[in-house]
Amino acid sequence: MAVVYEKTKLLTDKPLHYCPGCTHGIIHRLVAEAIDELGIQEKTIGIAPVGCAVFAYDYFNCDMMEAAHGRAPAVATGCKRVNPNNIVFTYQGDGDLASIGAAEITHAATRGENITVIFVNNAIYGMTGGQMAPTTLPGQVTTTSPYGRDPSLCGYPIRVSEMLSTLDGPAYIARVSVHDVKHIMEAKKAIRKAFEMQINRKGFSLVEVLSACPTNWGMTPQEALKWLEANMIPQYPLGVKKEVE
Amino acid sequence: MARLTIDRETCKGCGLCAEVCPKHLLALSREINAKGYHPIGIEQQDQCIGCAFCARMCPDAVIKVEK
Repeated sequence: MAVVYEKTKLLTDKPLHYCPGCTHGIIHRLVAEAIDELGIQEKTIGIAPVGCAVFAYDYFNCDMMEAAHGRAPAVATGCKRVNPNNIVFTYQGDGDLASIGAAEITHAATRGENITVIFVNNAIYGMTGGQMAPTTLPGQVTTTSPYGRDPSLCGYPIRVSEMLSTLDGPAYIARVSVHDVKHIMEAKKAIRKAFEMQINRKGFSLVEVLSACPTNWGMTPQEALKWLEANMIPQYPLGVKKEVE
Repeated sequence: MARLTIDRETCKGCGLCAEVCPKHLLALSREINAKGYHPIGIEQQDQCIGCAFCARMCPDAVIKVEK
């Protein structure tokens, strides 16, 4: 019998600490598979964020570092500039990247730093207990917006991919989702493409992955994926936002 | 015929794999694992077509598919 599919060796044997049905696990796997397929394990350095994915350094079977909250692109900049032959990626959530780390990601992007950013957007702060994030949808209930996010009071969600794609620095920016198998396959292609951009020294690449947070959204894993498809995709349209030749 | 190998001790019983199985062969088990979850199990293994949708959907990579 031939193996059709099994867990990639680029993930360690440590069980993921994520809640049941959390799609962080899927995204970890896609990143690991892309690194494995491109054969860049020995020269890849990952930068873990603060947030639910803080323990990513335990799960990826390549060199990993942990950055202060939001500062992963700054740490990645240092790693890449010291040895440009390394492949450097950050793995950040929306609370980390779009809020406290908004300055770091914007300036890394506009400088065209030759790094790859995996941006996991689940429209909420997961680790701290489900507070409103910069990406929380209008009307979405969180612990700090119990009556739903009111844009007249709290402003509107930030579309990070569209915002960064207006800059001249980035080489590749795409938004994908992991709510079903078809979209998981497309997400994998985008993540692989982002790493290829870095390998070919094209410049900054970012893949925004829409992700589910069943625990803090107060849903079953199945309901959460349906909610993602019905509510997040209209707010955050999928597709390639920028790609240089 | 295809064969699924499920790491039942790592499974968290989220059931996302069962949702995407085109043959509806997967269901949560009655027993619980060491973590206290009802792990996923396959009924009628002989009907599995080895599409690996379940394995690609699984957040915890607990499913190995052979064909």
